[in-house]
Amino acid sequence: MSNFLEKLFRREPNSASQAKERLKLVLIHDRTDMAPGTLEEMKDELIAVISRYVDIEPEAVRIDMTQDGREQRLIADIPLRPAKRRRP
Amino acid sequence: MDYSGNGKQFSGKVVTVTSGKGGVGKTTLTANLAAALAADGQKVVCIDGDIGLRNLDVVLGLENRIVYDLVDVVEGRCRLRQAMIRDKRLPELYLIPAAQTRDKNAVSPSDMIRLTNELRPEMDWILIDSPAGIERGFRNAIAPADIVLVVTNPEVSAVRDADRIIGLIEAEEKGPARLVINRIKPAMVKRGEMLSMEDVLELLAIELIGLIPDDEGVVTSSNRGNPIAIEGKSKAAQSFRNIAQRLQGHKVPFLELQEDGNLFGRLARLLRPGGN
Ligand SMILES: Nc1ncnc2c1ncn2[C@@H]1O[C@H](COP(=O)(O)OP(=O)(O)O)[C@@H](O)[C@H]1O
Ligand SMILES: [Mg+2]
Repeated sequence: MSNFLEKLFRREPNSASQAKERLKLVLIHDRTDMAPGTLEEMKDELIAVISRYVDIEPEAVRIDMTQDGREQRLIADIPLRPAKRRRP
Repeated sequence: MDYSGNGKQFSGKVVTVTSGKGGVGKTTLTANLAAALAADGQKVVCIDGDIGLRNLDVVLGLENRIVYDLVDVVEGRCRLRQAMIRDKRLPELYLIPAAQTRDKNAVSPSDMIRLTNELRPEMDWILIDSPAGIERGFRNAIAPADIVLVVTNPEVSAVRDADRIIGLIEAEEKGPARLVINRIKPAMVKRGEMLSMEDVLELLAIELIGLIPDDEGVVTSSNRGNPIAIEGKSKAAQSFRNIAQRLQGHKVPFLELQEDGNLFGRLARLLRPGGN
């Protein structure tokens, strides 16, 4: 019975939506010729560079590739730490 | 959008049908598009660009009438007219077959440009059936193109390869390509087990020009060498004819492939990009 309920409520996303989500990522890498690991590496380097100038929250940094028509865009969201916390 | 290039009656348009992955329906589309355009009274010649893997002749049912082929024309063994096989079912439909036994490098992109320029004054449409992939045959097929149609199936590998080819067509400045989604199974889409037209369009982000359901009638008509688009009554037959209409610049709504007009179907229609 619990098995049945589990199936009912936590169904695996259907295969079409899995195909779509997987393709989204694959196409981004195909189009930019960028290996999946490169983005993480770039993120670390970006954090290091930006930290030299402003105080940021490294854990909150997000670097994402998004699609705009057939163009790829790199979006960086880098939250800055408020100045007052830096000078107690 | 008007693809007909109005005013230029004396200059035929070159339409190349290509794909990334093989077996998605290029030859079937070329044959049916050619037949549908010819049935509309247009002068049409189709060229089989798949040298070494000739197929357009059998799908059109013209395999027994081949004397000369594309390579014979390019190498000067016959005149262009002699290699054009006339389809007797329709007023003005011709086929230039591929060579079956020759090296595919026997033809170059500039040969194709020269050949199609010779055909343009006499024809309304010059359709080129491209081989799959990104090699010489593909470059030959797109070199003279005014319009490139990319065929895909609603499957992961076909969509991925379509994206690659769309990028290459853009890089060759032959874009933007128009998309044909072939072999869609409405029942599977409805169950969420097949990518929908909307999914594929969102992923590939190019304009749709055709949506063709998977239909056994397509196979049986190829078996007979009698393109379904000539007088078939099915939705598949109609969707081939609709592509021919759109190429001629007519606005034709995409067929509703879902059998019942339920909520799902109505929602899909509402969400459809482009409105038709
Ligand atoms: N809409 C369709 N419904 C059913 N079968 C199809 C459809 N389109 C193509 N086919 C079949 O798929 C196979 C491959 O088609 P083909 O046109 O030869 O592909 P390509 O030229 O891209 O290699 C053929 O057997 C053809 O009959
Ligand atoms: Mg083929």
